Amino acid sequence: MPVKAGIVTFPGSNCDDDLLRSLSGLGYEVEKIWHKDSNLPKVDLVCLPGGFSYGDYLRSGAIARFSPVMKEVVRHAGRGGLVLGICNGFQILTECHLLEGALLRNENMQFICASVYIRCENSDTPFTRSLSLGQVLKIPIAHGDGRYYAPMDTLKALEDKGQIVFRYCTADGNITPESNPNGSLLNIAGICNRSKNVLGMMPHPERAWVDYLGNEDGRWILESPLKQALNLLNG
Amino acid sequence: MSRDYASETTSVQTAQKLGLLPEEYQRICELLGRAPNFTELCAFSGMWSEHCSYKNSIKYLKTLPRKSPRVLAEAGEENAGLIDLGDGWACAFKIESHNHPSAIEPYQGAATGVGGINRDIFTMGARPIAQLNSLRFGDLNEPRVRRIVRGVVKGIGDYGNAFGVPTVAGEVFVHESFSQNPLVNAMSVGILRRGEILSATARGVGNPVFIVGSATGKDGIHGASFASGDLTEDSIKDLPAVQVGDPFQEKLLLEATLELARTGSIAGMQDMGAAGIICSTSEMSARGGVGMDIWLDRVPTRGGHMHPFELLLSESQERMLVVVHKGREEEVKRIFDKWDLHCAQIGVVTEGPLLRFFFNDQKVAEIPAEALVVGGGAPQYDRPFSRPAYQDDVEKFDPAIVPIPKNLRDVARFLISHPNIASKKWITRQYDSMVGTANMSAVHPSDAAVVRLHDTGKALAVTVDCNPRYVYCQPAQGALIAVAEAARNLAATGATPLGLTNCLNFGNPYNPEVYWQFVEAIRGMAKACKFFGIPVTGGNVSFYNQTQWADRSIPVYPTPTIGMVGLLEDPSWRVTLPFRTEGDEIWLLGPVTHDIAGSEYVASWHHIVHSPAPHIDLEAESSLHHLLRALARDHIVSAAHDVSDGGLICCLLEMAIHSGLGFDLQAPPPVRPDAFLFGEGQSRCVVAVPPHRREALLQQAHRHGTPALALGVVQGQHIRVWGEDWGPLRDFANAYEATWPRIMGQDNF
Repeated sequence: MPVKAGIVTFPGSNCDDDLLRSLSGLGYEVEKIWHKDSNLPKVDLVCLPGGFSYGDYLRSGAIARFSPVMKEVVRHAGRGGLVLGICNGFQILTECHLLEGALLRNENMQFICASVYIRCENSDTPFTRSLSLGQVLKIPIAHGDGRYYAPMDTLKALEDKGQIVFRYCTADGNITPESNPNGSLLNIAGICNRSKNVLGMMPHPERAWVDYLGNEDGRWILESPLKQALNLLNG
Repeated sequence: MSRDYASETTSVQTAQKLGLLPEEYQRICELLGRAPNFTELCAFSGMWSEHCSYKNSIKYLKTLPRKSPRVLAEAGEENAGLIDLGDGWACAFKIESHNHPSAIEPYQGAATGVGGINRDIFTMGARPIAQLNSLRFGDLNEPRVRRIVRGVVKGIGDYGNAFGVPTVAGEVFVHESFSQNPLVNAMSVGILRRGEILSATARGVGNPVFIVGSATGKDGIHGASFASGDLTEDSIKDLPAVQVGDPFQEKLLLEATLELARTGSIAGMQDMGAAGIICSTSEMSARGGVGMDIWLDRVPTRGGHMHPFELLLSESQERMLVVVHKGREEEVKRIFDKWDLHCAQIGVVTEGPLLRFFFNDQKVAEIPAEALVVGGGAPQYDRPFSRPAYQDDVEKFDPAIVPIPKNLRDVARFLISHPNIASKKWITRQYDSMVGTANMSAVHPSDAAVVRLHDTGKALAVTVDCNPRYVYCQPAQGALIAVAEAARNLAATGATPLGLTNCLNFGNPYNPEVYWQFVEAIRGMAKACKFFGIPVTGGNVSFYNQTQWADRSIPVYPTPTIGMVGLLEDPSWRVTLPFRTEGDEIWLLGPVTHDIAGSEYVASWHHIVHSPAPHIDLEAESSLHHLLRALARDHIVSAAHDVSDGGLICCLLEMAIHSGLGFDLQAPPPVRPDAFLFGEGQSRCVVAVPPHRREALLQQAHRHGTPALALGVVQGQHIRVWGEDWGPLRDFANAYEATWPRIMGQDNF
């Protein structure tokens, strides 16, 4: 049985083709989903790609959550289906409340494109089961609004429930202020929901999956749901 | 009661107010056989502006070589040059300036520059895959200049990032002549299947004419005329002549356009840039030898009453003019509806030669299309020129009187932290360089950026280059070097040049000394292009880059920016810039010249403004390029970086800083030590080679007749020069990285 992934294209999405190329290259059967569709095709994994949906002239992701397809995405998540939001996709997931918190303007008020290090904080999610706890990955970021924010009690709950999945760190895995590119609270780079089937992350694993990009660390994340579905992982 | 636009009369004075010369008004009257009405005169003022008509440059542009077996669309034939890539694919690329808007409103000026150049590419049916930019700023000690830097960089970033095309390469140069007049040159490179090329030609009498994309507003009216006059203290009043960009609309327009291109329903298409509707209707009609009837009241507007001349000249962004095959209108509407974009039929193609514009059923203008365009009625001038007096100072330069500094390490530290040489990461980090997942240089840099072609597995190598100081000192030699260096960047990466686009930024052409710089630069550029066999596929001329301040007029350093595209048949040939392995030998390929002229060292350390451009020998240059490609193909070298700004020492330091590996420079200087370390003599490249490949390197160098000099070895974490420890690489790296953040961090933003 092929593992199926669907990638939603919003007006202004610009990482949808990159995600398609990487997921196809890694062995998924991928189809694109138009944001105006009110039906979701039968897929195992729904991806919300990076970009600037509706120009992000309002809060990033604030309009995209009203796209017709989003109702179905929320329903898919409610059924336990996998949802992965990258960059703008993460912002959309917080706007539609599948994930908690918000992504604010970077601390230095600038767009930042760079390769950064992130550490796996929970290897018991469908997206991180290939990884080991504390494993460090080098993954590119490219965003203007990536500073993760949530109230203190939410942050505590996220920590307690193991919902913090990735945190920015140094090359050798230390969580430091210097390794935090955008001022995110607790160096948060990615979080999941309580049932761990919805992951949002600012870094772009699809920009680091093949030799010609000079970095293949993103495979660890993108391949996890696939391997799990194909029972290639232990446990 | 409606206004009678048709009978609004004009005079020489009206023409002069619109930026036209009295003799040009006379010519318009002759072409029409009558005096133009106001709307018609506005059309001429836009189309005969320097920006649209190339009236003061076309004579010399025609001396540049345009042909090669791979050229599919020559300069001027389409919106951008088009080159055959083989495998059924073609590449469209072009560079364009947005200097004057960026001087007045840096953010929107730069943003719309990016938008405009990308539209030139996708209006041909090509998907942009890489963006580049070339920027010139004034003295960074001036807060005003830093404000311009901040705005321009954010404008380029915000537009390009949202549009979703990676910015893969660029260059930045600072000099006080740019203080009030920055240069913002944006380049875009796109690819398309050869069978899906859209032409900017109106065809088929009876075919409907559509305007698609954004609604039309009052922004940017007379922008083309504005860009064709000197910037003055009053220029701030021209603010409405600056356009406002919307990258989101542009992204939708891109997707809708490419979707439309695949349907085959388009007979012709041109984007709207300078001079808006009048430019696209006249150029498309003139190319097709047809006319058009256009109903201006059917143009979707942003609200508020707009006069016919405003509708004709508005430079509202993110719009296209599309000629559709009759009967296929519904397909067009369906696609634009899908992308939530405006799409309105505003006219129809007619038998030539007249363009007729109507407003509420009143005919408001009637002009032969041919009368408006380059190569047709638009004037062509040959301006007088004269050699500037400062050339005497250039010729008087005597290196013998330049003292050799005692502490060469201090000079190296100074140069590597000079804003022109230091890391530009403060800028480039604000650009998305990775979207599209094709930029192979985002993680491992090369002299030229390498962009993978997903459909063929081959790659393009792209670069922009120009050292304005060289061009100022010796315009012909300087422009020749710009071409040579761009080609060298491609060769160092392993690629073969396919073609180039130029952006010619100069002062006021009515100043004979400025015009001399222009004529000379074209002469040098033409010589280099012919020598290397690289065609010029198009570009842009930007005159009037000078600022009148009180009673002084300061032209910018002349800057003929070269954007070059090359092909890497096999991406595995790609050679990167950083050192790779300790123990690799370091070799200098190319002639060692006794040359400090034109260098950053002479200009900034010794404060000598006037010295000739560096030495260049085209034969040696060409041999070097062939050698570099041979080394790449045979995987002989582990790193390559050409010697340019800051000379040999900066070249070595950059290779070290990007790798974290130090070096030991052992070769005794064959010329005076400052010339060896800091001279910018051309036709040279540093390579690193594993010891077991040394013989292969030397054989190839010998075969190509290129001198090779053993410099030293990649080693440790320190910089060692002639037995002396210059300290940890980290210190040099910090100096290299710290400059731009320190300068830009002065302001509290």
